[in-house]
Amino acid sequence: MGKRVLLIEDEPNIIEAVRFILSRDGWHVDTHSDGATAMAAVTHRMPDVVILDAMLPNRSGYEILRDLRDHEDTQNLPVLMLTARGQTKDRERAEEAGVSDYMTKPFSNADVLERVRALAGD
Amino acid sequence: MNSFSNSVPGGTRSLAGTRIRERRATLGIKQSALAKQVGISSSYLNLIEHNRRRIAGKLLLDIAAALQTDAALLAEGAELSLLNDLRAAAMASQDPPEPETTEEFAARYPAWAALIAEQGRKMEALENTIAALSDRLAHDPFLSASLHEMLSTVTSIRSSASILTGPDPVEPVWQDRFHKNIFEDAVRLGDASQALVTYLDAPQAGPSSNSTPLEEVESYLDERQFYLPNVEAGGEATGFTGTAQGQALLDRYAARLREEAVRVPTDVLLALVRQEGLDPLRLTHALGVPMQTLLRRLAQVPLQGTRVGLVECDASGTLTLRRSLDGFPLPRYGDACALWPLFGALSRPHMPIATTLRSLGAKGELIQAFAVAAPDAATEYGQDPIMRSTMLLVPVQQGDAPALEVGMSCRVCPKSACPARREPSILADGF
Repeated sequence: MGKRVLLIEDEPNIIEAVRFILSRDGWHVDTHSDGATAMAAVTHRMPDVVILDAMLPNRSGYEILRDLRDHEDTQNLPVLMLTARGQTKDRERAEEAGVSDYMTKPFSNADVLERVRALAGD
Repeated sequence: MNSFSNSVPGGTRSLAGTRIRERRATLGIKQSALAKQVGISSSYLNLIEHNRRRIAGKLLLDIAAALQTDAALLAEGAELSLLNDLRAAAMASQDPPEPETTEEFAARYPAWAALIAEQGRKMEALENTIAALSDRLAHDPFLSASLHEMLSTVTSIRSSASILTGPDPVEPVWQDRFHKNIFEDAVRLGDASQALVTYLDAPQAGPSSNSTPLEEVESYLDERQFYLPNVEAGGEATGFTGTAQGQALLDRYAARLREEAVRVPTDVLLALVRQEGLDPLRLTHALGVPMQTLLRRLAQVPLQGTRVGLVECDASGTLTLRRSLDGFPLPRYGDACALWPLFGALSRPHMPIATTLRSLGAKGELIQAFAVAAPDAATEYGQDPIMRSTMLLVPVQQGDAPALEVGMSCRVCPKSACPARREPSILADGF
Protein backbone atom coordinates (compact mmCIF):
# COMPACT_ATOMS: atom_id res chain seq x y z
CA MET A 1 0.00 0.00 0.00
CA GLY A 2 1.51 3.34 -1.07
CA LYS A 3 1.55 6.45 0.96
CA ARG A 4 -1.53 8.61 1.11
CA VAL A 5 -1.92 12.14 -0.27
CA LEU A 6 -4.91 14.37 0.35
CA LEU A 7 -5.41 16.89 -2.44
CA ILE A 8 -7.60 19.82 -1.36
CA GLU A 9 -8.37 21.70 -4.56
CA ASP A 10 -11.54 22.92 -6.25
CA GLU A 11 -10.52 22.83 -9.93
CA PRO A 12 -11.78 19.43 -11.19
CA ASN A 13 -9.32 19.22 -14.09
CA ILE A 14 -6.34 19.97 -11.85
CA ILE A 15 -7.62 17.30 -9.45
CA GLU A 16 -7.81 14.80 -12.28
CA ALA A 17 -4.33 15.57 -13.62
CA VAL A 18 -2.61 15.59 -10.21
CA ARG A 19 -4.46 12.49 -9.12
CA PHE A 20 -3.34 10.74 -12.32
CA ILE A 21 0.34 11.56 -11.98
CA LEU A 22 0.50 10.77 -8.27
CA SER A 23 -1.45 7.53 -8.65
CA ARG A 24 0.86 6.48 -11.44
CA ASP A 25 3.74 7.09 -9.04
CA GLY A 26 2.18 4.72 -6.51
CA TRP A 27 0.41 7.17 -4.23
CA HIS A 28 -3.07 6.73 -2.88
CA VAL A 29 -4.84 9.98 -3.62
CA ASP A 30 -7.88 11.32 -1.75
CA THR A 31 -9.44 14.56 -2.86
CA HIS A 32 -11.57 17.24 -1.28
CA SER A 33 -12.94 20.46 -2.76
CA ASP A 34 -14.64 22.44 -0.01
CA GLY A 35 -12.68 24.70 2.30
CA ALA A 36 -15.29 24.61 5.05
CA THR A 37 -15.02 20.85 5.60
CA ALA A 38 -11.37 20.37 4.65
CA MET A 39 -10.21 20.02 8.24
CA ALA A 40 -12.60 17.14 8.82
CA ALA A 41 -11.39 15.49 5.64
CA VAL A 42 -7.81 15.59 6.93
CA THR A 43 -8.58 14.14 10.32
CA HIS A 44 -11.00 11.55 8.94
CA ARG A 45 -8.22 9.65 7.21
CA MET A 46 -4.83 11.06 8.12
CA PRO A 47 -2.68 11.46 4.99
CA ASP A 48 1.09 11.46 4.76
CA VAL A 49 1.07 14.69 2.77
CA VAL A 50 -1.56 17.36 2.15
CA ILE A 51 -1.62 19.38 -1.06
CA LEU A 52 -3.64 22.47 -0.24
CA ASP A 53 -4.93 25.12 -2.64
CA ALA A 54 -4.76 28.64 -1.19
CA MET A 55 -8.05 29.83 -2.68
CA LEU A 56 -10.92 27.48 -1.95
CA PRO A 57 -14.66 27.96 -1.78
CA ASN A 58 -15.99 28.85 1.68
CA ARG A 59 -12.63 28.91 3.47
CA SER A 60 -9.14 29.92 2.41
CA GLY A 61 -6.21 27.54 2.39
CA TYR A 62 -4.37 29.82 4.82
CA GLU A 63 -7.11 29.45 7.43
CA ILE A 64 -7.16 25.69 6.98
CA LEU A 65 -3.38 25.59 7.36
CA ARG A 66 -3.54 27.58 10.59
CA ASP A 67 -6.12 25.13 11.94
CA LEU A 68 -3.90 22.21 11.00
CA ARG A 69 -1.00 23.77 12.89
CA ASP A 70 -3.22 24.41 15.93
CA HIS A 71 -4.37 20.80 16.03
CA GLU A 72 -2.13 18.41 17.94
CA ASP A 73 -2.54 15.52 15.49
CA THR A 74 -1.79 17.62 12.43
CA GLN A 75 0.68 20.25 13.61
CA ASN A 76 3.58 18.44 11.96
CA LEU A 77 1.70 17.16 8.92
CA PRO A 78 3.59 18.04 5.72
CA VAL A 79 1.54 20.56 3.72
CA LEU A 80 2.36 21.66 0.18
CA MET A 81 0.45 24.81 -0.62
CA LEU A 82 -0.65 25.73 -4.14
CA THR A 83 -1.44 29.29 -5.01
CA ALA A 84 -2.09 31.24 -8.15
CA ARG A 85 -0.10 34.13 -6.84
CA GLY A 86 3.66 34.38 -6.70
CA GLN A 87 3.92 37.55 -4.71
CA THR A 88 6.25 37.78 -1.75
CA LYS A 89 3.34 38.68 0.53
CA ASP A 90 1.53 35.44 -0.26
CA ARG A 91 4.63 33.39 0.34
CA GLU A 92 5.16 35.17 3.67
CA ARG A 93 1.53 34.61 4.56
CA ALA A 94 1.86 30.89 3.86
CA GLU A 95 5.10 30.67 5.81
CA GLU A 96 3.58 32.49 8.77
CA ALA A 97 0.69 30.02 8.71
CA GLY A 98 3.20 27.15 8.93
CA VAL A 99 3.45 25.79 5.41
CA SER A 100 5.98 23.02 4.74
CA ASP A 101 6.48 23.86 1.08
CA TYR A 102 4.91 26.19 -1.44
CA MET A 103 4.27 26.08 -5.20
CA THR A 104 2.83 28.73 -7.46
CA LYS A 105 0.53 27.95 -10.34
CA PRO A 106 1.23 27.06 -13.05
CA PHE A 107 3.48 24.29 -11.83
CA SER A 108 4.88 21.26 -13.62
CA ASN A 109 3.91 17.66 -12.90
CA ALA A 110 7.54 16.82 -12.21
CA ASP A 111 7.68 19.56 -9.57
CA VAL A 112 4.60 18.23 -7.82
CA LEU A 113 5.98 14.72 -7.74
CA GLU A 114 9.39 15.84 -6.53
CA ARG A 115 8.02 17.98 -3.71
CA VAL A 116 5.44 15.46 -2.52
CA ARG A 117 8.12 12.77 -2.42
CA ALA A 118 10.44 15.09 -0.51
CA LEU A 119 7.75 16.01 2.02
CA ALA A 120 6.93 12.34 2.60
CA GLY A 121 10.61 11.61 3.17
CA ASP A 122 10.96 9.42 0.10
CA MET B 1 16.13 83.76 19.44
CA ASN B 2 15.81 86.59 16.98
CA SER B 3 13.07 86.78 14.41
CA PHE B 4 14.99 85.70 11.35
CA SER B 5 17.56 83.18 12.35
CA ASN B 6 16.62 79.54 12.57
CA SER B 7 13.06 80.58 11.95
CA VAL B 8 12.26 77.42 10.05
CA PRO B 9 11.58 74.22 11.94
CA GLY B 10 14.47 71.87 11.50
CA GLY B 11 17.00 74.62 12.05
CA THR B 12 18.52 76.38 9.06
CA ARG B 13 20.88 79.24 8.76
CA SER B 14 19.24 82.58 8.17
CA LEU B 15 19.30 83.89 4.62
CA ALA B 16 19.24 87.53 5.60
CA GLY B 17 22.88 87.65 4.51
CA THR B 18 22.04 86.52 1.01
CA ARG B 19 19.32 89.13 0.73
CA ILE B 20 21.70 91.82 2.03
CA ARG B 21 24.29 90.86 -0.59
CA GLU B 22 21.73 90.88 -3.39
CA ARG B 23 20.27 94.22 -2.30
CA ARG B 24 23.74 95.77 -2.02
CA ALA B 25 24.71 94.49 -5.47
CA THR B 26 21.47 95.81 -6.92
CA LEU B 27 22.22 99.25 -5.56
CA GLY B 28 25.84 99.04 -6.75
CA ILE B 29 27.28 99.62 -3.27
CA LYS B 30 30.67 98.14 -2.51
CA GLN B 31 30.90 95.77 0.43
CA SER B 32 33.58 97.92 2.05
CA ALA B 33 31.43 101.05 1.70
CA LEU B 34 28.44 99.43 3.33
CA ALA B 35 30.60 98.00 6.10
CA LYS B 36 32.04 101.41 6.78
CA GLN B 37 28.60 103.02 6.74
CA VAL B 38 27.22 100.70 9.41
CA GLY B 39 30.41 100.60 11.44
CA ILE B 40 31.63 97.05 10.99
CA SER B 41 34.61 95.52 9.21
CA SER B 42 34.37 94.36 5.63
CA SER B 43 35.36 90.86 6.67
CA TYR B 44 32.53 90.70 9.21
CA LEU B 45 30.02 91.93 6.62
CA ASN B 46 31.38 89.31 4.26
CA LEU B 47 30.66 86.63 6.83
CA ILE B 48 27.12 88.02 7.28
CA GLU B 49 26.51 88.14 3.55
CA HIS B 50 27.55 84.51 3.23
CA ASN B 51 25.19 83.58 6.03
CA ARG B 52 28.02 82.56 8.31
CA ARG B 53 27.09 85.05 10.96
CA ARG B 54 23.62 85.77 12.16
CA ILE B 55 22.37 89.30 12.18
CA ALA B 56 19.73 90.99 14.29
CA GLY B 57 18.79 94.09 16.21
CA LYS B 58 20.43 97.43 15.60
CA LEU B 59 22.90 96.18 13.03
CA LEU B 60 20.09 94.81 10.90
CA LEU B 61 18.20 98.07 11.16
CA ASP B 62 21.34 100.04 10.19
CA ILE B 63 22.05 97.85 7.19
CA ALA B 64 18.42 98.04 6.09
CA ALA B 65 18.55 101.81 6.33
CA ALA B 66 21.79 101.94 4.38
CA LEU B 67 20.26 99.72 1.72
CA GLN B 68 17.08 101.79 1.69
CA THR B 69 14.88 98.84 2.50
CA ASP B 70 12.83 97.47 5.31
CA ALA B 71 14.57 95.34 7.90
CA ALA B 72 11.69 92.93 7.84
CA LEU B 73 12.18 92.35 4.13
CA LEU B 74 15.80 91.45 4.71
CA ALA B 75 14.91 89.23 7.63
CA GLU B 76 11.98 87.48 5.99
CA GLY B 77 12.85 83.92 5.11
CA ALA B 78 11.67 82.01 2.10
CA GLU B 79 8.15 80.63 2.30
CA LEU B 80 7.99 77.88 4.86
CA SER B 81 5.90 75.65 2.63
CA LEU B 82 8.35 76.09 -0.22
CA LEU B 83 11.23 75.10 2.03
CA ASN B 84 9.34 72.12 3.33
CA ASP B 85 8.49 71.04 -0.21
CA LEU B 86 12.12 71.43 -1.24
CA ARG B 87 13.26 69.37 1.72
CA ALA B 88 10.68 66.70 0.92
CA ALA B 89 11.87 66.65 -2.69
CA ALA B 90 15.48 66.38 -1.50
CA MET B 91 14.69 63.56 0.90
CA ALA B 92 13.00 61.63 -1.91
CA SER B 93 16.28 61.64 -3.81
CA GLN B 94 18.77 58.82 -3.42
CA ASP B 95 21.54 61.36 -3.36
CA PRO B 96 20.02 64.42 -1.65
CA PRO B 97 21.81 67.76 -1.67
CA GLU B 98 23.11 69.25 1.57
CA PRO B 99 20.05 70.18 3.66
CA GLU B 100 21.73 73.30 5.05
CA THR B 101 21.77 74.83 1.56
CA THR B 102 18.00 74.57 1.04
CA GLU B 103 17.09 78.04 2.26
CA GLU B 104 19.95 79.68 0.42
CA PHE B 105 18.93 77.93 -2.79
CA ALA B 106 15.30 79.01 -2.35
CA ALA B 107 16.33 82.61 -1.79
CA ARG B 108 18.81 82.76 -4.65
CA TYR B 109 16.72 80.97 -7.23
CA PRO B 110 13.08 81.32 -6.12
CA ALA B 111 11.59 80.41 -9.52
CA TRP B 112 13.73 77.27 -9.85
CA ALA B 113 12.99 76.38 -6.25
CA ALA B 114 9.25 76.71 -6.86
CA LEU B 115 9.58 74.53 -9.95
CA ILE B 116 11.49 71.82 -8.07
CA ALA B 117 8.96 71.95 -5.24
CA GLU B 118 6.07 71.62 -7.69
CA GLN B 119 7.73 68.70 -9.47
CA GLY B 120 8.39 67.08 -6.12
CA ARG B 121 4.69 67.34 -5.28
CA LYS B 122 3.73 65.93 -8.68
CA MET B 123 6.13 63.02 -8.22
CA GLU B 124 4.63 62.31 -4.83
CA ALA B 125 1.14 62.38 -6.34
CA LEU B 126 2.23 60.01 -9.11
CA GLU B 127 3.82 57.68 -6.58
CA ASN B 128 0.56 57.67 -4.65
CA THR B 129 -1.29 56.83 -7.85
CA ILE B 130 1.10 53.95 -8.58
CA ALA B 131 0.67 52.72 -5.02
CA ALA B 132 -3.11 52.88 -5.41
CA LEU B 133 -2.95 50.93 -8.68
CA SER B 134 -0.62 48.34 -7.14
CA ASP B 135 -2.99 48.06 -4.22
CA ARG B 136 -5.82 47.58 -6.65
CA LEU B 137 -3.94 44.78 -8.38
CA ALA B 138 -3.31 43.12 -5.05
CA HIS B 139 -6.73 43.61 -3.49
CA ASP B 140 -9.28 44.08 -6.24
CA PRO B 141 -11.51 41.02 -5.74
CA PHE B 142 -12.40 40.75 -9.43
CA LEU B 143 -8.79 40.96 -10.54
CA SER B 144 -7.67 38.55 -7.87
CA ALA B 145 -10.37 36.01 -8.71
CA SER B 146 -9.77 36.39 -12.46
CA LEU B 147 -6.04 35.90 -12.16
CA HIS B 148 -6.53 32.92 -9.89
CA GLU B 149 -8.94 31.36 -12.33
CA MET B 150 -6.68 31.99 -15.31
CA LEU B 151 -3.60 30.60 -13.61
CA SER B 152 -5.50 27.58 -12.32
CA THR B 153 -6.77 26.91 -15.82
CA VAL B 154 -3.30 27.27 -17.28
CA THR B 155 -2.03 24.86 -14.62
CA SER B 156 -4.66 22.35 -15.57
CA ILE B 157 -3.83 22.64 -19.28
CA ARG B 158 -0.14 22.33 -18.57
CA SER B 159 -0.57 19.26 -16.35
CA SER B 160 -2.94 17.52 -18.76
CA ALA B 161 -0.77 18.31 -21.78
CA SER B 162 2.39 17.10 -20.12
CA ILE B 163 0.69 13.83 -19.21
CA LEU B 164 -0.28 13.37 -22.86
CA THR B 165 3.12 14.31 -24.24
CA GLY B 166 5.22 12.63 -21.57
CA PRO B 167 7.33 9.51 -22.18
CA ASP B 168 5.00 7.18 -20.26
CA PRO B 169 2.18 5.55 -22.23
CA VAL B 170 -1.35 6.76 -21.46
CA GLU B 171 -4.36 4.54 -22.03
CA PRO B 172 -6.76 5.70 -24.75
CA VAL B 173 -9.57 6.29 -22.25
CA TRP B 174 -7.33 8.66 -20.27
CA GLN B 175 -6.08 10.28 -23.46
CA ASP B 176 -9.68 11.12 -24.40
CA ARG B 177 -10.34 12.43 -20.94
CA PHE B 178 -7.35 14.74 -20.88
CA HIS B 179 -8.04 15.98 -24.42
CA LYS B 180 -11.55 16.86 -23.31
CA ASN B 181 -10.21 18.59 -20.21
CA ILE B 182 -7.75 20.62 -22.26
CA PHE B 183 -10.51 21.77 -24.59
CA GLU B 184 -12.77 22.76 -21.69
CA ASP B 185 -9.93 24.62 -20.02
CA ALA B 186 -9.07 26.42 -23.24
CA VAL B 187 -12.63 27.70 -23.52
CA ARG B 188 -12.60 28.79 -19.89
CA LEU B 189 -9.28 30.51 -20.36
CA GLY B 190 -10.61 32.41 -23.35
CA ASP B 191 -13.69 33.57 -21.45
CA ALA B 192 -11.66 34.58 -18.42
CA SER B 193 -9.12 36.47 -20.55
CA GLN B 194 -11.84 38.35 -22.39
CA ALA B 195 -13.60 39.31 -19.18
CA LEU B 196 -10.34 40.48 -17.65
CA VAL B 197 -9.27 42.54 -20.65
CA THR B 198 -12.71 44.16 -20.87
CA TYR B 199 -12.56 44.97 -17.18
CA LEU B 200 -9.10 46.49 -17.43
CA ASP B 201 -9.94 48.55 -20.51
CA ALA B 202 -13.18 49.98 -19.18
CA PRO B 203 -13.07 53.14 -17.07
CA GLN B 204 -13.05 52.50 -13.36
CA ALA B 205 -14.96 54.60 -10.90
CA GLY B 206 -13.14 56.75 -8.39
CA PRO B 207 -10.84 59.72 -8.62
CA SER B 208 -7.69 57.65 -8.10
CA SER B 209 -8.07 56.09 -11.54
CA ASN B 210 -8.66 59.37 -13.37
CA SER B 211 -5.84 60.22 -15.69
CA THR B 212 -7.43 62.97 -17.80
CA PRO B 213 -9.56 66.04 -17.08
CA LEU B 214 -12.43 64.40 -18.97
CA GLU B 215 -12.23 61.36 -16.69
CA GLU B 216 -12.33 63.65 -13.69
CA VAL B 217 -15.51 65.25 -14.99
CA GLU B 218 -17.07 61.90 -15.86
CA SER B 219 -16.22 60.55 -12.44
CA TYR B 220 -17.82 63.62 -10.83
CA LEU B 221 -20.94 63.21 -12.96
CA ASP B 222 -21.10 59.45 -12.39
CA GLU B 223 -21.07 59.94 -8.64
CA ARG B 224 -24.18 62.08 -9.10
CA GLN B 225 -25.65 59.81 -11.78
CA PHE B 226 -25.32 62.80 -14.11
CA TYR B 227 -28.14 64.57 -12.26
CA LEU B 228 -27.17 68.10 -11.15
CA PRO B 229 -30.35 69.80 -9.91
CA ASN B 230 -28.54 72.88 -8.58
CA VAL B 231 -26.92 73.48 -11.97
CA GLU B 232 -30.27 73.03 -13.70
CA ALA B 233 -31.61 75.68 -11.31
CA GLY B 234 -28.93 78.10 -12.49
CA GLY B 235 -26.22 77.35 -9.92
CA GLU B 236 -22.66 76.09 -10.21
CA ALA B 237 -21.39 72.52 -10.17
CA THR B 238 -20.02 72.28 -6.64
CA GLY B 239 -17.85 69.71 -4.91
CA PHE B 240 -15.45 69.09 -7.79
CA THR B 241 -11.96 68.19 -6.53
CA GLY B 242 -10.07 67.62 -9.78
CA THR B 243 -7.58 69.69 -11.71
CA ALA B 244 -8.06 73.19 -13.10
CA GLN B 245 -8.39 71.69 -16.58
CA GLY B 246 -11.10 69.36 -15.30
CA GLN B 247 -12.86 72.29 -13.66
CA ALA B 248 -12.82 74.17 -16.98
CA LEU B 249 -14.39 71.18 -18.73
CA LEU B 250 -16.99 70.85 -16.01
CA ASP B 251 -17.82 74.56 -16.23
CA ARG B 252 -18.41 74.17 -19.95
CA TYR B 253 -20.59 71.12 -19.35
CA ALA B 254 -22.56 72.98 -16.65
CA ALA B 255 -23.12 76.00 -18.88
CA ARG B 256 -24.67 73.81 -21.57
CA LEU B 257 -26.74 71.94 -18.99
CA ARG B 258 -28.13 75.21 -17.56
CA GLU B 259 -29.17 76.31 -21.03
CA GLU B 260 -30.70 72.96 -22.04
CA ALA B 261 -32.47 72.46 -18.70
CA VAL B 262 -34.40 75.66 -19.35
CA ARG B 263 -35.60 74.28 -22.67
CA VAL B 264 -36.18 70.78 -21.30
CA PRO B 265 -36.98 71.01 -17.57
CA THR B 266 -36.52 67.79 -15.64
CA ASP B 267 -40.09 67.60 -14.31
CA VAL B 268 -41.55 68.21 -17.78
CA LEU B 269 -39.31 65.60 -19.35
CA LEU B 270 -40.04 62.97 -16.69
CA ALA B 271 -43.79 63.55 -17.01
CA LEU B 272 -43.56 63.24 -20.78
CA VAL B 273 -41.52 60.04 -20.56
CA ARG B 274 -44.18 58.55 -18.30
CA GLN B 275 -46.82 59.55 -20.84
CA GLU B 276 -45.08 58.82 -24.15
CA GLY B 277 -42.44 56.26 -23.19
CA LEU B 278 -38.71 56.44 -23.77
CA ASP B 279 -38.88 57.27 -27.48
CA PRO B 280 -36.46 60.14 -28.14
CA LEU B 281 -37.95 61.09 -31.50
CA ARG B 282 -41.49 61.46 -30.11
CA LEU B 283 -40.16 63.36 -27.13
CA THR B 284 -38.14 65.62 -29.43
CA HIS B 285 -41.25 66.57 -31.40
CA ALA B 286 -43.35 67.00 -28.29
CA LEU B 287 -40.83 69.40 -26.76
CA GLY B 288 -39.71 71.10 -29.96
CA VAL B 289 -35.99 70.85 -29.22
CA PRO B 290 -33.06 69.42 -31.20
CA MET B 291 -32.72 65.68 -30.78
CA GLN B 292 -29.15 66.00 -29.47
CA THR B 293 -30.44 68.14 -26.62
CA LEU B 294 -33.14 65.62 -25.87
CA LEU B 295 -30.68 62.67 -25.89
CA ARG B 296 -28.39 64.49 -23.48
CA ARG B 297 -31.25 65.50 -21.18
CA LEU B 298 -32.50 61.91 -21.00
CA ALA B 299 -29.09 60.94 -19.59
CA GLN B 300 -29.19 63.80 -17.07
CA VAL B 301 -32.49 63.18 -15.32
CA PRO B 302 -33.41 60.47 -12.79
CA LEU B 303 -35.39 58.09 -14.98
CA GLN B 304 -37.18 55.72 -12.65
CA GLY B 305 -35.88 52.19 -12.94
CA THR B 306 -33.86 52.83 -16.07
CA ARG B 307 -30.18 53.64 -16.20
CA VAL B 308 -29.10 54.89 -19.59
CA GLY B 309 -25.69 55.45 -21.15
CA LEU B 310 -24.53 58.40 -23.21
CA VAL B 311 -21.60 58.90 -25.56
CA GLU B 312 -20.65 61.99 -27.49
CA CYS B 313 -17.90 62.51 -30.02
CA ASP B 314 -16.60 65.14 -32.38
CA ALA B 315 -15.89 64.70 -36.09
CA SER B 316 -12.47 63.20 -35.37
CA GLY B 317 -14.19 60.34 -33.56
CA THR B 318 -12.75 61.39 -30.22
CA LEU B 319 -15.12 60.59 -27.38
CA THR B 320 -15.91 63.84 -25.62
CA LEU B 321 -18.35 62.56 -23.01
CA ARG B 322 -19.14 59.10 -21.67
CA ARG B 323 -21.77 57.87 -19.30
CA SER B 324 -21.15 54.16 -18.96
CA LEU B 325 -23.84 51.53 -19.00
CA ASP B 326 -23.61 48.04 -17.52
CA GLY B 327 -23.09 45.52 -20.28
CA PHE B 328 -21.85 48.11 -22.76
CA PRO B 329 -18.27 48.93 -21.78
CA LEU B 330 -16.83 52.15 -23.15
CA PRO B 331 -13.13 52.32 -23.97
CA ARG B 332 -10.88 54.10 -21.55
CA TYR B 333 -8.03 54.51 -23.97
CA GLY B 334 -7.81 54.26 -27.74
CA ASP B 335 -10.55 54.11 -30.26
CA ALA B 336 -14.08 52.89 -29.96
CA CYS B 337 -15.85 50.41 -32.24
CA ALA B 338 -16.43 52.04 -35.64
CA LEU B 339 -19.76 50.24 -35.98
CA TRP B 340 -21.37 52.29 -33.24
CA PRO B 341 -24.28 54.38 -34.61
CA LEU B 342 -22.55 57.31 -32.93
CA PHE B 343 -20.06 57.34 -35.80
CA GLY B 344 -22.53 56.36 -38.52
CA ALA B 345 -24.57 59.44 -37.61
CA LEU B 346 -21.63 61.68 -38.51
CA SER B 347 -22.07 60.83 -42.20
CA ARG B 348 -25.82 61.58 -42.05
CA PRO B 349 -26.19 64.85 -40.15
CA HIS B 350 -29.60 65.55 -38.62
CA MET B 351 -30.89 62.05 -39.40
CA PRO B 352 -32.10 60.34 -36.23
CA ILE B 353 -30.83 56.77 -36.01
CA ALA B 354 -32.27 53.97 -33.88
CA THR B 355 -30.39 50.65 -33.89
CA THR B 356 -30.53 47.61 -31.67
CA LEU B 357 -27.04 46.57 -30.66
CA ARG B 358 -25.74 43.35 -29.20
CA SER B 359 -22.70 43.99 -27.06
CA LEU B 360 -19.98 41.42 -27.72
CA GLY B 361 -19.21 41.11 -24.03
CA ALA B 362 -19.54 38.12 -21.78
CA LYS B 363 -23.34 38.32 -21.52
CA GLY B 364 -24.17 39.74 -24.94
CA GLU B 365 -26.53 42.42 -23.66
CA LEU B 366 -29.05 44.01 -26.01
CA ILE B 367 -28.93 47.78 -26.14
CA GLN B 368 -31.17 50.20 -28.00
CA ALA B 369 -29.02 53.01 -29.39
CA PHE B 370 -30.38 56.37 -30.51
CA ALA B 371 -27.94 58.62 -32.31
CA VAL B 372 -27.90 61.88 -34.17
CA ALA B 373 -25.19 64.23 -35.39
CA ALA B 374 -25.42 67.94 -36.06
CA PRO B 375 -23.04 70.85 -36.54
CA ASP B 376 -22.38 73.48 -33.92
CA ALA B 377 -23.84 76.88 -34.74
CA ALA B 378 -21.45 78.70 -37.09
CA THR B 379 -19.67 81.70 -35.65
CA GLU B 380 -18.21 82.95 -38.94
CA TYR B 381 -19.32 83.07 -42.60
CA GLY B 382 -17.89 80.27 -44.68
CA GLN B 383 -16.79 78.32 -41.62
CA ASP B 384 -16.67 74.54 -42.03
CA PRO B 385 -19.26 72.97 -39.77
CA ILE B 386 -17.98 71.53 -36.49
CA MET B 387 -19.85 68.23 -36.33
CA ARG B 388 -20.76 66.54 -33.10
CA SER B 389 -22.55 63.27 -32.60
CA THR B 390 -24.57 62.07 -29.61
CA MET B 391 -25.71 58.53 -28.80
CA LEU B 392 -28.08 57.47 -26.04
CA LEU B 393 -27.90 53.85 -24.88
CA VAL B 394 -30.95 52.19 -23.36
CA PRO B 395 -30.87 48.58 -22.13
CA VAL B 396 -33.59 46.35 -23.56
CA GLN B 397 -34.89 42.90 -22.66
CA GLN B 398 -32.97 39.97 -24.06
CA GLY B 399 -34.55 38.44 -27.11
CA ASP B 400 -33.96 37.13 -30.59
CA ALA B 401 -34.55 40.43 -32.34
CA PRO B 402 -32.00 41.17 -35.07
CA ALA B 403 -29.21 43.24 -33.64
CA LEU B 404 -25.96 44.72 -34.84
CA GLU B 405 -23.06 43.08 -33.04
CA VAL B 406 -20.64 45.68 -31.77
CA GLY B 407 -17.65 45.62 -29.47
CA MET B 408 -15.87 48.12 -27.30
CA SER B 409 -12.78 48.52 -29.44
CA CYS B 410 -10.97 46.32 -31.96
CA ARG B 411 -8.25 45.35 -29.52
CA VAL B 412 -10.62 43.49 -27.24
CA CYS B 413 -13.32 42.50 -29.72
CA PRO B 414 -13.77 38.82 -30.61
CA LYS B 415 -15.70 39.51 -33.84
CA SER B 416 -13.49 37.85 -36.43
CA ALA B 417 -14.99 38.91 -39.79
CA CYS B 418 -15.59 42.58 -39.18
CA PRO B 419 -15.34 45.06 -42.05
CA ALA B 420 -14.58 47.85 -39.60
CA ARG B 421 -11.66 46.12 -37.89
CA ARG B 422 -8.64 48.42 -37.57
CA GLU B 423 -6.26 46.13 -35.72
CA PRO B 424 -6.10 42.48 -34.70
CA SER B 425 -7.77 41.51 -31.47
CA ILE B 426 -5.68 40.29 -28.59
CA LEU B 427 -8.43 37.75 -27.95
CA ALA B 428 -7.51 34.65 -29.92
CA ASP B 429 -10.04 33.32 -32.40
CA GLY B 430 -11.74 30.07 -31.62
CA PHE B 431 -12.24 30.54 -27.90
